[in-house]
Amino acid sequence: MGRKLLLDKAHIEGIRYYDVYRKNGGYAAAEKALKSMSPDLVTEEVKKSGLRGRGGAGFPTGLKWSFLAKPEGVPRYLVCNADESEPGTFKDRYLMEFIPHLLIEGLLISSFALGANRTYIYIRGEYAWIPDILEEAIAEAHKNGWLGKNIQGTGFDLDIYVQRGAGAYICGEETALIESLEGKRGNPRIKPPFPAVKGLWQCPTVVNNVETLAAVVPIINIGGDEYAKYGTGKSTGTKLISACGNLNKPGVYEIDMSISVEEFIYSDEYCGGIPNGKRLKACIPGGSSVPILPANLLLKTAKGEQRMMTYESLNDGGFATGSMMGSGGFIVLDEDQCVVRHTMSLARFYHHESCGQCSPCREGTGWMKKVLLNIENGKGKESDIDLLWDIQRRIEGNTICPLGDAAAWPVAAAIRHFRDEFEWHVRHPEEAVKRNFGLAHYADPLPVAAPAAAV
Amino acid sequence: MAEEKKLFKVTIDNIPVEVEPGTTILNAARMIGGDVVPPAMCYYSKLQGSGGKCRTCLVKVSKGSDADPRPMPKLVASCRTTVMDGMEVANITSPEVLDARKGVVEFLLLNHPLDCPVCDQAGECDLQDLSYEHGVSSTRYEFKRRTFDKIDIGDHIKLHMTRCILCYRCVFTADQLTNKREHGILGRGDASEISTYIKNSLDNDFIGNVIDVCPVGALTDRTARFKNRVWFLKPVDAHCTCDKCSGKAVLWMRGDEIFRVTARKDKYGEVEEFICDTCRFERKDAKDWVIEGPRKVSRHSVISQGHYVGTRKPQETIARVMDGRAPKLLMDIHSVSEVNMPAVDLSKIDGPAHSNDFPKNNGAQ
Ligand SMILES: Cc1cc2nc3c(=O)[nH]c(=O)nc-3n(C[C@H](O)[C@H](O)[C@H](O)COP(=O)(O)O)c2cc1C
Ligand code: SF4
Ligand code: FES
Repeated sequence: MGRKLLLDKAHIEGIRYYDVYRKNGGYAAAEKALKSMSPDLVTEEVKKSGLRGRGGAGFPTGLKWSFLAKPEGVPRYLVCNADESEPGTFKDRYLMEFIPHLLIEGLLISSFALGANRTYIYIRGEYAWIPDILEEAIAEAHKNGWLGKNIQGTGFDLDIYVQRGAGAYICGEETALIESLEGKRGNPRIKPPFPAVKGLWQCPTVVNNVETLAAVVPIINIGGDEYAKYGTGKSTGTKLISACGNLNKPGVYEIDMSISVEEFIYSDEYCGGIPNGKRLKACIPGGSSVPILPANLLLKTAKGEQRMMTYESLNDGGFATGSMMGSGGFIVLDEDQCVVRHTMSLARFYHHESCGQCSPCREGTGWMKKVLLNIENGKGKESDIDLLWDIQRRIEGNTICPLGDAAAWPVAAAIRHFRDEFEWHVRHPEEAVKRNFGLAHYADPLPVAAPAAAV
Repeated sequence: MAEEKKLFKVTIDNIPVEVEPGTTILNAARMIGGDVVPPAMCYYSKLQGSGGKCRTCLVKVSKGSDADPRPMPKLVASCRTTVMDGMEVANITSPEVLDARKGVVEFLLLNHPLDCPVCDQAGECDLQDLSYEHGVSSTRYEFKRRTFDKIDIGDHIKLHMTRCILCYRCVFTADQLTNKREHGILGRGDASEISTYIKNSLDNDFIGNVIDVCPVGALTDRTARFKNRVWFLKPVDAHCTCDKCSGKAVLWMRGDEIFRVTARKDKYGEVEEFICDTCRFERKDAKDWVIEGPRKVSRHSVISQGHYVGTRKPQETIARVMDGRAPKLLMDIHSVSEVNMPAVDLSKIDGPAHSNDFPKNNGAQ
C-alpha cells in the first residue's frame, strides 16, 4: 500500500481553503520552521531528505540551495516554476488546483531558508484559472498572518506574487523563465552566470519546481531523515506521476519510489492496466523529452532486472537501453499506436516551441519534423532514417539550452529502438498510411546480455 | 611593478598563449591568430552581450584548468566561455568540433536563400566565407525554404529577412548605439524575424551601423543597393570632420565617384569605430572627405581583386575606341535584368531561376 506525503489530504472536502487546510495540520511545518529552526537548519533538513528536483533534471535540492550566493545587501529571490508545459506532465496542476496552500506553505518555508523576501510563482498562461485559485490562497494566507510583514511575529517578511506566462514551453527553462519574469522575450540566457549567482534582476535566485517546493512541507513535518526512509537509494520520498495514454485509469498518482514499473501500470491501485485487452507496446516514462522505451526494455532492464519507478532504475542502461524519470509524465502506448506518428508529433511540438536563438535547434527541429512527416505520409526514403539520426546527433549538446537535447532524444530513441517500424514505413508506404505496424517484437523478452557486454 | 596581474596560461590546438583572466577562448585564439581562430557569426567584440547564439565557434575543452583538469562534457561556445589557468582547448585539431561546425553551417544554410548572385553582400559576406570554408557543396534539405517579404525600414535601410541568420547583432547595436531601439525579434523558433513594431522606421543617428554588423545581406544600404559589386569598387580610408562621430570611414569608390560609405572593419570583419548616419548616407561627394589612401584588404578577399593603387579613374575604353562618338551602348542593368524586380522573388522560385521566370518587356505586360 503506497504511503503518501503530498496528496494524503487531497481528498478532504474544501482542503483548497485555508480553514480546512489549517484544521488538517496545515502550516504546522511553517510554524515549526519559522519559530524553532534557523534557515541553515531548514536547508540541512532538506539536504538530509535527499530530495531531488521534480522539474526534470533531478538535481539535489538541498545542494542547489547551498549554492545560492549570499552577498551583503543584495536581495535574493525564490521563483517557483509552475510553467509545466512538457507534454504528458500535469502533476503540478493537480497540486495547485486542489491544495494550493501546500505550495504556499512550501514557498514560505523555502523562502525562509533562502532568505528571500519576494517570491514569484511563474505559471503557464494556459492554466488560465489557476492564478485565481493561487491568489485567493495567498490572500487567505495574508489575512491569517502567514504572509506579509513580520510573519507570526517572527520578524520574517514575505510576499508571493503570481505571474502568468504567455504560453511558451521554453519559459519553463529557468533562465528563459527569469527573462520572461523580467518582462522580456523568453530567451534562455547563456550560462554562466548561473541563476544562483545572477538570476532575477541580476540577483541570486533559486528556481524550483512546484512539486519540489511542496515536498519541503512534509520534510519539515517529519524530518529529513524520516523522509529519506521513503523510496529507495537516491530516489527518496514520494513522486507525483501523471499517467496518460492507453491506460484504464490515467491520472495523477503519488508513488513511493519503491514500486516497479510493472506494478504501476498493471496494479489496480495505480493505472489498472491497458484498456480493451490490448498489449503494451512502448512507454515514455518521464515526459516527452525523455527517451521512449519498447515494452520489453521498459519492464526489465537490459540486465534482466525488474525496472523500478526510481531515478536510478529508469536510467539504468543509459540512453542505450534506459530512459529517465524526467518530470514524471508517464505516457503509455498500446499496440495500436504508431511510433513514427508519435515521434512526428513530438518533433512538431519542439519545432513549435524552439525559441529560435541558436541555429541547431531553430533549424534542426523544423527539419526533423518535415522529414518525419514525409515518412509518416508514406513519402519517406530509406536514407531519411539515417538523415534523421544525423540531424539529431548534430543538435544534441550543441545548443544553448537543453530544449535542443529534449528535441533530439525522442527522435534518437525512437530510431534506436523502433528502426524496424521506420523501415517498414518507407518500404511499404501504401500499407503504412492504412494500418499500423502493430506490436511486432517489441514486447518479446530480450536475451539477457552477458555482463559487461553493454550495447 | 606592484600591480602585476596574474596571466592565465591556455593552450589552443597545442599552441600556448598567456591571457588576462576573464578573456574568452575566442579572444585568446585571436591573440594567437591564424587557423586556430574559430569562426564567429554572432559574437561581436564591440557589442556587449553578443555571441553564444550561432554556435559556429564551438570548441572542445579537453582540460578544464590546472585546478580541475576534467574536460568539459559538451562542446562550448568559445565566444562566451572564459579561460581558466591551464585550460586546454581543441579547435581544428578536434574532429568532433569540425563535424559539429559542419552541422552548424548546414543548419545556417538550411533556410538561407543562397541568392548570392543577386545579393549585395556577396564578396564581403561572413556566411559565404563560412560555407566555403566549412560547409559542404550540396544540401540534404528537400523542402521549401522559409521566406519573408522584403521591407524598407526607414529611408536608408532595406531588410531582407529571408537572408537573416538571427545573430541578434543589429538588436544589440540599436540598443547600445542609438538612443532608442525600434526593432527586435518577433515570433519564435524558425518563424522568428527581425522586425520593427508595426514597421516603424529605423531612424536614428547611428542606426546605419546595423548594416555593417549584419554578417549577411539581410540589412543593406538602400543608397547603395545594386549600384555595384563590392569587388569592382575600391575601398579607400578617408575621414571628415563630423560632430557626431569620429568621421573615420571607408569610401567605396570608382574613380571619383563614391558608391557607398561604411565604417572601417578589422580582419575579423568587425567595425573599428562606428560611424553616424550622416557620414554613411549623406556624404557621397568626394569633396566631403579627406582621402588617406587605399584600405588594406586581405589578399584572400575577392575585394582585393579590384584594388588598384591611386585614385585615378579607370579608362573608359569604349568611349576611346568610339572616337568621341557616344552612342548609348552601355546598358543599364535595370533595363535588361530584373534582379531588382519587386514582383519576382528569387527565393520563392523552385530550383534555379530561368529567363521565363521573369516577365518580358521590363515587366510592363
Ligand atoms: C525546455 C525546458 C522546459 C522546462 N520546463 C519546465 C517546467 O515546465 N517546469 C519545471 O518545473 N521545470 C522545467 N524545466 C526545468 C527547469 O529549467 C529547472 O531545471 C527546474 O525548474 C528546476 O527545478 P527543480 O530543481 O525543482 O527540478 C524545463 C527545462 C527546459 C530545458
Ligand atoms: S536550444 Fe532551442 S530553445 Fe534553447 S536557446 Fe537554443 S533555440 Fe532556444
Ligand atoms: S560566435 Fe560564438 S556562438 Fe556565435
